[in-house]
Amino acid sequence: MTKPFIEITGLTKRYPAPKGGEPLTVFEDANFGIEKGEFVCIIGHSGCGKSTIMNILAGLDTPTTGGIIMGGKEIAGPSLDRGVVFQNYSLLPWLSALKNVTFGVRARHPEWTREQVVEHSQKYLKMVGLTDGAEHRKPSQLSGGMRQRVSIARAFAIQPQLLLLDEPFGALDALTRGTIQDELIRIWSATEQTVFMITHDVDEAILLSDRILLMTNGPYARVAESVVVDINRPRNRAEIIHEPAYYKIRNHLVEFLARRSKELAGQQNGRESAGAPPKTVRPGLSEAEEPERRPAGRPQLVSLAG
Amino acid sequence: MTMALPERAKALLLSLVLLATFLGIWEMATPGSKSGGQLSEYEMLSGGGAQQARVPPPSQIFEKAVDELSKPFYDNGPNDKGIGIQLAYSLYRVLTGYFLAALIAIPVGFLIGMSPLFYKALDPFIQVLRPISPLAWMPLALFVIQDSQASAIFVIFICSIWPMLINTAFGVANVRKDWINVAKTHELGALRTAFQVILPAAAPTILTGMRISIGIAWLVIVAAEMLVGGTGIGYYVWNEWNNLDLTAVIFSILMIGVVGMMLDAAFAFVQRSVQFQE
Ligand SMILES: Nc1ncnc2c1ncn2[C@@H]1O[C@H](COP(=O)(O)OP(=O)(O)O)[C@@H](O)[C@H]1O
Ligand SMILES: [Mg+2]
Repeated sequence: MTKPFIEITGLTKRYPAPKGGEPLTVFEDANFGIEKGEFVCIIGHSGCGKSTIMNILAGLDTPTTGGIIMGGKEIAGPSLDRGVVFQNYSLLPWLSALKNVTFGVRARHPEWTREQVVEHSQKYLKMVGLTDGAEHRKPSQLSGGMRQRVSIARAFAIQPQLLLLDEPFGALDALTRGTIQDELIRIWSATEQTVFMITHDVDEAILLSDRILLMTNGPYARVAESVVVDINRPRNRAEIIHEPAYYKIRNHLVEFLARRSKELAGQQNGRESAGAPPKTVRPGLSEAEEPERRPAGRPQLVSLAG
Repeated sequence: MTMALPERAKALLLSLVLLATFLGIWEMATPGSKSGGQLSEYEMLSGGGAQQARVPPPSQIFEKAVDELSKPFYDNGPNDKGIGIQLAYSLYRVLTGYFLAALIAIPVGFLIGMSPLFYKALDPFIQVLRPISPLAWMPLALFVIQDSQASAIFVIFICSIWPMLINTAFGVANVRKDWINVAKTHELGALRTAFQVILPAAAPTILTGMRISIGIAWLVIVAAEMLVGGTGIGYYVWNEWNNLDLTAVIFSILMIGVVGMMLDAAFAFVQRSVQFQE
């Protein structure tokens, strides 16, 4: 087996004990990989350390133990190779939407002329549907959805090798979320970007990702399972719900979040499981779990079940 | 047929009514008399001025204002200069001391705001120096600098440095972590982070400090010039008091207010231009 593009090994985050308290182990021994061009979502209850993992991937935080290797190099500090879309957009409020994007493009391509930078930025703003003067408005004059679009444009415009998204649609209403999800899929399929995304929305995860990582509750959270989303692309919101695999995956995720994330919580890894990657499950492939109730048809869903 | 006036117009109208009432009562209470400025040398020496040293009516102050403002820059020797010249001297001192203070306060404030170590190291000095009345420095300044002009500027420097220093440090230290993270993920160097992210983010707070400072500097210059003498609006007030020319005293008090208001308005304008909405 060849090494994946991004390799996370033995990642643990512990906060030192406050006065008279116990040290807090947020998560420990996270081992997983991300392939080039893959769209990976991570789901887990609030506080299990998803943002912490993402910040470590971004280079903004450091693990207590373990490390991350990306493209053969250890991650140490932030880099333009990893673009981040923060949960609260993190646009610079004193700059217009366009200037927020050129801010990133200029950092990426300091040798470019002003015109090149603006042209490139406009292209990405157009891709997320921000045109007709909206790009000259300040973030405070834009709706939440538009701000998130700017934030996505800024991250995509620097063309990073890895795109990190922290609950990017958490604060948006359902309709806006839907449109931006569609846009994200469209841009992602056009750019073949590697994406790592945090979400708390199982439907969003199924719609967008190739693989979903499930985390148990913290403290001592672990990345317990890697759920493969065996649904063909291109996907879209209206049709995906007619896929038989959709509900199997969905039920598996919901069941995990509702019950097993709690049951598995707080379990410290035994010696034998230390360093092991999460168990790969493919609920979308019927024969893997329920051979007797396999639905007819849909030959494209049948593949080499793991 | 009462038309609904906008709130602004109503307030303005009320202001004018209050002003007119106040001036009317004042005018009535003080019968007009020859203004102090028109006393001859002899009358003044013989104590004629003493009788004139009562509060003049507004009409007389108005006359004085028209007269002074029609020739603001005349210069008839050390004790008789136009109000424009006196104000210019004061403004020159205030702005010199103030910008010297800004030159030090803003970079040092940046340093303190960025580095908890420097903050802790410099904090005791700031805490002790800040509550000292700026005028308390005057004797020491006169002795060390040996120049009354420079001493006045020093006093302005020392009084305007603190609000700028403290506000800059506070503004810089409280820049949202998210914005710093944006700078980090874009691999911005320290200098570019300072100028492209921290400075614009902290600018509203810094400008608030600068606005407070200019207000204090303008308060202090009057007192400083009363002590130092020679030129300036503070000296002018004191000099007119010694001449028992209360019309001129009141006129110059008004001018101090007007100039102070204009300085504040100028800084308010700059403050608005760096303000941003989150
Ligand atoms: N500086 C810190 N000191 C102590 N605990 C922290 C600190 N920062 C975060 N934590 C803890 O780490 C846990 C994980 O946080 P986070 O990664 O934001 O979770 P998630 O994104 O999954 O909701 C939380 O329980 C939080 O209380
Ligand atoms: Mg989070």
